Amino acid sequence: MTMTAQANPSQTNTPLYRSRQRRNVITMTLAYAATAFGLIWLALILGVLFYEGFSGLSLAVFTEMTPPPGSAGGLLNPIMGSLVMTVIAVAIGTPLGMLAGTYMAEYGRYDKLSSVVRFINDILLSAPSIVIGLFVYEIMVAQMGHFSGWAGAVSLAVIVVPVVVRTTEDMLTLVPDTLREAAASIGLPRSLMIVKVAYRAARAGMITGVLLAVARISGETAPLLFTALNNQFWSTDLNAPVSSLPVVIFQFALSPYKDWQSLAWTGALIITLTVLTLSIIARALASQRKSS
Amino acid sequence: MADVALQSGTISVAEQVDRAKVLQRLRLGDAAFRHLTRAAAITVLIILGGIIVSLVHGSWPALHSFGFSFLFDETWNPVTEKFGAIAPIYGTVVTSLIAMLIAVPVGLFIALFLTELCPMWLRRPIGIAIELLAGIPSIIYGIWGLFVFAPFLQQYVQPFLISAFGNVPVLSNLFAGPPYGIGILTAGLILAIMVLPFITSISRDVFEAVPPVLKEAAYGLGCTTWEVARYVVLPFTRVGVIGGVMLGLGRALGETMAVTFVIGNAHRISGSILAPGTTISATIANEFTEAVGDLYTSSLIALGLILFVITFVVLACARLMLMRLNARLGK
Repeated sequence: MTMTAQANPSQTNTPLYRSRQRRNVITMTLAYAATAFGLIWLALILGVLFYEGFSGLSLAVFTEMTPPPGSAGGLLNPIMGSLVMTVIAVAIGTPLGMLAGTYMAEYGRYDKLSSVVRFINDILLSAPSIVIGLFVYEIMVAQMGHFSGWAGAVSLAVIVVPVVVRTTEDMLTLVPDTLREAAASIGLPRSLMIVKVAYRAARAGMITGVLLAVARISGETAPLLFTALNNQFWSTDLNAPVSSLPVVIFQFALSPYKDWQSLAWTGALIITLTVLTLSIIARALASQRKSS
Repeated sequence: MADVALQSGTISVAEQVDRAKVLQRLRLGDAAFRHLTRAAAITVLIILGGIIVSLVHGSWPALHSFGFSFLFDETWNPVTEKFGAIAPIYGTVVTSLIAMLIAVPVGLFIALFLTELCPMWLRRPIGIAIELLAGIPSIIYGIWGLFVFAPFLQQYVQPFLISAFGNVPVLSNLFAGPPYGIGILTAGLILAIMVLPFITSISRDVFEAVPPVLKEAAYGLGCTTWEVARYVVLPFTRVGVIGGVMLGLGRALGETMAVTFVIGNAHRISGSILAPGTTISATIANEFTEAVGDLYTSSLIALGLILFVITFVVLACARLMLMRLNARLGK
C-alpha cells in the first residue's frame, strides 16, 4: 500500500489507479472485519461459558455424585470416570503410537510401508470420532454383550494413537543425524541409540504430543456414547458402564431440569479449562525446545 | 548393556566368550526392537482395516435387506423397520455446505490479515487465539449453540430472514416456516464457527510458505496488497488452500456433538433451511443406544459406513493436495 502511495503524482489520478486503490481498501477492510468476526466468537463462547460455569462451581461439584432431577449434587463420578478412562487410553495408545512413529522416523523413513502408514494415519487423525465409537461397539460391546468402561477406554485409545504417531515421527525427524552417527561410532546398537539418544533429544516434543492427545480425548463425547454409556452412580467396575464428563454434559444439557443444565455448564467449564491448560503447557514445552 | 560393549579394554579368552554373548544379545535386542516398531506401524493399518471390516459387517443386514434403495429412501420408521439414508445424507451435506460457504472466505481473509497486514507483535497472540478456538471440544460449541445461539437466532435473526425474503421467489422457499431456533441453518452456522480455525491456521501456514522474493517482486512492480494476495500468493498456494479447505470439510461432515444439540433430529428433507433436520452423525448419536432390533442397529451402522466413506474420500483428497504443495516447495 505504502509503495503505491509513493508513485509519481501525475499517475495517481488515473481512473485505473483509483479503482485499484479502492479495491485494495475494500478487501483490506474485509480482512480486518473477518479477523474481528473470528475473535468475537471466541470471546462470546468463552464469556458465556465462564459466566454460566463459574456461577455453578462449588466444592460440592467435586465431592458429590450426579443428582436425580430436582436436587443438588455434583459431578464426582463422571470426573472420576473420565480420568480413569483417559489414563487407560493414554496407557494403551501412547506406547503403540510412539513405537509406530519410531519405525517411520528411524527404520523406514523412506520405505513404502512408512509412506502408506503416514497417509492412513493422517486420515485417522481427522476421521469422525463417532465412527470410531461404532467400530469399538462392534468389536467389544457387541461381542461382550454389554457396555463397559474398557470399551470406552479403547475407543479413546484409538483416537490417541494417530496424534502420538504424528508428533513422535515429526519430533524424531527433527533430531540431527550427527547425533545418531556419533552414537553409532561408539558402537551403540541401533535400538539403544534410539532409546538413549534420539528419544532423549526429542523428549519435549514427544511429551507435547501426549499432552495434545489428552486434550483431544478429554472433550470427546461421540465415541463414548455407545461404548462406556453412562452411569448415575459411583462405579469402579470397568466391566460395567462408566459415566464420563462429556456424556453427562450431553445428557444434562438436553434435559428440561434447571439443576441439571447448570451442572452441564459447570462440567463444560471444567473440560474447557482442562483442555486450555493442557494446550498452553504443550505450547510452552514446544517453544522451550525451539529456544534451547 | 552399552557400557559392557564400550568398556572392554584388554580381551582375555573368557572375556571373548562373554563378548560374543553380549554382542549376540545386543543383536537379538536390536532385531526385537525393530520388529516391535514395525508391528506397531502395521497396527495403524490394521486399525483402519478393522474399522472398515467391522462397519461393513455391522451394516450387512441393512444393506442386504434394503439394497441400493437404502441410499435414496427417505423413510425412517423404526416401527415398520423401514429405513433409508437420504434425509441424514442431505442434512450432512447441506449443513457442511453452509459451514464452508461462511468459513472459507472468512478464514482466508483472516489468514491474509495474519500474513500481510497484522503488525508483528500482534501476530502471535491472534494466531494463538485462533488455535485455542480450534482446541475447544465440540460439545462446548453444542451446549453454547443450544442455550445461547439458537434462542438468539430464533428471536432476532430468523424472523428477520423470513420477512426480508418472504417475497423473493427462490429465497422465500429457502427461508420458509416458523423460526424454530434449532434447525439446519443453526447447525450450519455452528459448524462454520467450528471449522473456521482449522481453515485459518492451515491457510496461514501455506501463505507463509510463499517465498518472500515473489511477493517483494510484485510489490516492487507497484502491486497493491490485494493484488499481491490475489495474483501471487493465492495462485502459488492454490493446492494447499484447497487441501486445507477439504480438511475443514472433512471435519464438518463428521462433526457430531456440536450438530446433535441444534439440528432438531427430524428425519425429513425440507426445502427450508430454517426447518429442523438431521445429519448422519446426529442420527447415530441420538438413536443408537435406543435402537431395538437388529435391523435398526444395522441401519445406523450402515449410516456410519456411508459417513466414513464420504469423509475418507474427502480427507484423502485433502492430504494428496497438501502433499503436492509440499513436493513443489521441495520439502
